Amino acid sequence: MPSTSELVEKVISGDVRSVARVIRDIDDGIPAVRDVLKALYPHTGKAYVIGITGAPGVGKSTLVDQMIGHLRADGKTVGVLAVDPTSPFSGGAILGDRVRMQRHSMDEGVFIRSLATRGHFGGLTQSTRSAIDVLDAMGKDIVIVETVGVGQDEVDVVRSAHTTVICVIPGMGDDIQAIKAGILEVGDIFLINKADREGSDKTLSDLRLMIDMDQKKYESGTWKPPILKAQAVFDQGVTELLEEIAKHADYLRSVYGDLRFRARKDKVREELAEMIKNRLVETVLRGITDTGEFEEAAEAIVRGDIDPYTASDDLVLPKISLPDPE
Amino acid sequence: MERNRRLRVMVAKPGLDGHDRGARIIARAFRDAGFEVVYSGLHQTPEEIVHAAIQEDVDLIGLSSLAGAHSYLFPAVVEFLKERDAEDIQVIGGGIIPEEDITRLKAAGIREIFTPGSTLDDIVAWVRENVNPKE
Ligand SMILES: Nc1nc2c(ncn2[C@@H]2O[C@H](COP(=O)(O)OP(=O)(O)OP(=O)(O)O)[C@@H](O)[C@H]2O)c(=O)[nH]1
Ligand SMILES: [Mg+2]
Repeated sequence: MPSTSELVEKVISGDVRSVARVIRDIDDGIPAVRDVLKALYPHTGKAYVIGITGAPGVGKSTLVDQMIGHLRADGKTVGVLAVDPTSPFSGGAILGDRVRMQRHSMDEGVFIRSLATRGHFGGLTQSTRSAIDVLDAMGKDIVIVETVGVGQDEVDVVRSAHTTVICVIPGMGDDIQAIKAGILEVGDIFLINKADREGSDKTLSDLRLMIDMDQKKYESGTWKPPILKAQAVFDQGVTELLEEIAKHADYLRSVYGDLRFRARKDKVREELAEMIKNRLVETVLRGITDTGEFEEAAEAIVRGDIDPYTASDDLVLPKISLPDPE
Repeated sequence: MERNRRLRVMVAKPGLDGHDRGARIIARAFRDAGFEVVYSGLHQTPEEIVHAAIQEDVDLIGLSSLAGAHSYLFPAVVEFLKERDAEDIQVIGGGIIPEEDITRLKAAGIREIFTPGSTLDDIVAWVRENVNPKE
């Protein structure tokens, strides 16, 4: 095992094995990885993060593959996190997004990593955020996060992106309505992929209507999400998408003055609250699990000796006034 | 509360032969066994497989081959792993592989070879027995 400082040096110098190892530690919830992340933090803040989300099979990975091609031709280095929030907490997963990006696997300027749901604390949003930091620290100019659209998890995952692209396909009809719940708010750009199929104009007008009706968010002077058409598999519309992403970056720069994710107080608040919550839950729950208090309390509740309100007070309150056991 | 590492496996299909049914079946069996499976698809060169496996930081690469290309493709994967200083990633192979080749492949560093006689349970049991997530 290399020391923390060795590992940090190697990540910063772009060593692929070390980067892969650190992401694995994040993924596996290894406590020591926090020290690596702390040391990497000063080297983050340079990458531009693009989130790509949408229902299963709409062509996200195909699109990411084409985006990588264009960005590389432009001289940009690219990190990709292919996130699958659909696998069960305990149990296996098949991660297949790489298949579509195969042609880039030998390119030293591209790093592709698949992530699945894990049972440890913090969950996928936190691991994705940390993995983005690692790819950022290794010097990737652009980090693309692909995640399949299934609900709150995906929304949380793409919150870490500067620009979020929501992918749909023609003829989704009711599905478009389903997008409304939550995901519409996080979309900076909408992309109708598979525009070679019937119905893309209808989908476009449906989407336009939904976005325009969302008055509250899109006041004048704020970013109005454009709707684009693409045929990812034929590399159509990908240049236009990248142009819109660049425009959105300009917009963010004009509003916030700084593109660093942690220069934005709204994002920082969100992340900090999340981290505190995870840290607390992790520390307290691990402590009382290790000592067996958790099981004892559960049994006591089952026996009817105590109510869950009192039990949780008894378990938590004494703990949070103590210093971190780690 | 689980902070045990989960086994990560890459299933790949080197060579030019047409379909990946076998690879998909084994990928599903590994998933059902609780492993995290990175599936990397068809028609990959040994070097591409190794690059992908390193980026994914897997513990094991499972190679599937039908058309007899195993005799040079499987050892080539092991060679590239060595070259990239990644010998801790183990390699197993499966396919229609004659007995005499098996000895040679094992000598070349393929940990185990599974032929159509092996059941999915056999393969999963072997992996459980022989591959530990790295510390
Ligand atoms: N007709 C058509 N098919 C496309 C287009 N883009 C992608 N596809 C196909 O759609 C299928 C799914 O593509 P993927 O890129 O794997 O889709 P995905 O959204 O990443 O899928 P998941 O990750 O499983 O949710 C593939 O067969 C692609 O070839 C397109 O523009 N037109
Ligand atoms: Mg995909």
